[in-house]
Amino acid sequence: MFPELPPVLLLRSARVHEVCGPGATAFAAITAARIGGDILWIGGGWHSEALHPPGLLVFMDPARLLVARTPSQADSLAVAEEALRDGGPALVVVEITRPLDLREGRRLQLAAKTGGATGLCLISEGMGSNAAETRWHAAPVFDHSGDSTLMRWEVIKNKSGTTGAWHVRWDEQTRHLHVVSPAGERPGPAGLPG
Amino acid sequence: MWFPRLASDRALRVCPVDGPFALVARQGNAERLYCVNEAARRAGLDRGMGLADALAFCPDLISRPATPEQDARFLTALRRWALRWCPWVGLEPPDGLVLDITGAAHLWGGEAAMLADMRARAAAMGLALRLGSGDTRGAAWAYAHYGEGKQPLETLPAAALRLDADTCTALERMGLRRIGDLAGAPRAPLARRFGPGLLMRLDQALGQMSEPLTPAPEPVHYGVRLSLPEPIGLLGDVMAGTERLLGALCMKLHAQEAGARRLVLTLRRVDQGSQQVELRLAAPMRDAARILPLFERGLAEVDAGFGIDQIRLEATLVEPLATQQMGLGAAPQQGDRLSDLITRIGTRIGLENVLRFLPADSHIPERSFLIAPAAHSAPETGWRSTPPRPLRLFAPEPIAANGSAPPARFHWRRMVLHTARAIGPERIAPEWWLEDEGWRHGLRDYWRIETRQGRRLWLFHTPQNPGWFVQGEFA
Repeated sequence: MFPELPPVLLLRSARVHEVCGPGATAFAAITAARIGGDILWIGGGWHSEALHPPGLLVFMDPARLLVARTPSQADSLAVAEEALRDGGPALVVVEITRPLDLREGRRLQLAAKTGGATGLCLISEGMGSNAAETRWHAAPVFDHSGDSTLMRWEVIKNKSGTTGAWHVRWDEQTRHLHVVSPAGERPGPAGLPG
Repeated sequence: MWFPRLASDRALRVCPVDGPFALVARQGNAERLYCVNEAARRAGLDRGMGLADALAFCPDLISRPATPEQDARFLTALRRWALRWCPWVGLEPPDGLVLDITGAAHLWGGEAAMLADMRARAAAMGLALRLGSGDTRGAAWAYAHYGEGKQPLETLPAAALRLDADTCTALERMGLRRIGDLAGAPRAPLARRFGPGLLMRLDQALGQMSEPLTPAPEPVHYGVRLSLPEPIGLLGDVMAGTERLLGALCMKLHAQEAGARRLVLTLRRVDQGSQQVELRLAAPMRDAARILPLFERGLAEVDAGFGIDQIRLEATLVEPLATQQMGLGAAPQQGDRLSDLITRIGTRIGLENVLRFLPADSHIPERSFLIAPAAHSAPETGWRSTPPRPLRLFAPEPIAANGSAPPARFHWRRMVLHTARAIGPERIAPEWWLEDEGWRHGLRDYWRIETRQGRRLWLFHTPQNPGWFVQGEFA
């Protein structure tokens, strides 16, 4: 059997989290699938790497997704703040291109607290903001056993808990996230027995 | 009511001119006078005269181009104005109105007093007006155009029967100059000679044939206005004014079972400048309490200057919105909440930038989905399950590789990647019936590559035009 999901993997709601690394989009998609409700995805209109809805299909129904295309990062943040404070969408994903300063990060955090929605910033590596509740590094991992959804998620910052790393796998049939502990390398506390 | 100089009066109301004035329209190849004012008429000018001739007659004539469509709009406005006398007002284009004053005249103290009131008000507006009142619509027209109702109808010229110029000339030649002559003439030869139109006009004028008056339907006007005795400038005050207007407007919308889609708030300042705040809604709405907060952002940007003394709110785009059964809990529905949010976001980045994905029927990856503005579309299901597709799709990036088998090792974005597992190929043929630059390389064999470094990429090979490209990345 698979070990139980550690609580930190269920992102704390009404907070803003951050994720970086090559698997950040998948992290966001899986989070969206697990949170449920409407998703607002805010991305720059200049972004060339567009989301591909048929690819989302294995995670969630694209009908739940709203996409906001913004002309600048300031607009992205304004829209994110508005949506978080409203609390209508359960998850607000923001693609961020330049590091947030303290004020911006704190404003997003306050907005999320007011509205009760969860925020997730897709950042580039090393662009984290101090206000984030947790910061994750997500990367796909090659799996010798033939499964092709294996990922390594690592908490590199956690305001209310410890850091750690997990190998996770997405089950397309049940739409469920499983934590796996690969033989020979047992990363993080989740891999420890008991 | 006949406005003999409607067009020039309208032009002169906008910009008054002393002395002879004429509107000029191009007819055929010549500039001809379209409408002249009183001073020009006294100088001997008349409609239909060539502009060059008119200038020779009257060198200080001032002329402007005519705009018949604006005149027509003005006449419609006058129709609304004429509703003050009686509720039954019809248009008599191009320059007349018909009022059925049956049962309304006594409210004005009799017919004569009513006509006097009409004259006085038209004169105050600077409009030349000729009135004719008769027992039938035809008779009223005749009196308005040919003498103001002193003489009996039979003595008026035949042209007063709303006949065209050719018929009038022919009647003149036959010696039938007056309406009385026509009425006394045998009907059969007249009908044979001129067709039924002449006799129909005659009967209509004499009341032997009915001619109903159709008042134009009054389009509902979704606009409300608030004039303030003292100018205001504080945001709270303007919001309070807007709230009051919204209440009135929403009542109107409610009565019509309609919802506003676009609202324009015009704020007129003391110095006659005006500013507009436009609000485009993501869904038709008529709930004042929900619309008001959406105005906040737009109003905050308004410069009040020396103060605002008039607020005008108009729903410029209205859609039918049926009354809905409220749930027992009467909680705001999730859809409403989301469309409010879309509106608020839309006021910042534009409603066309809040989008939604819709499925499309195509096996070309780039065209397998549509992007539609969320405000004008509904979420759709019906996504077809396909072989696994990448989560991110980008423009194809060429990589250096040969052969039809996936490369064991390749460079992509300054990374060296080793293929550990390759799944494929999945052949996708271009849609030849659509011109597409990106698919000029022909067939594509898609491979799902898992690299030893972890990245899972979507590569394709073009066998007709050998080359390898990376187009997407899987989760």
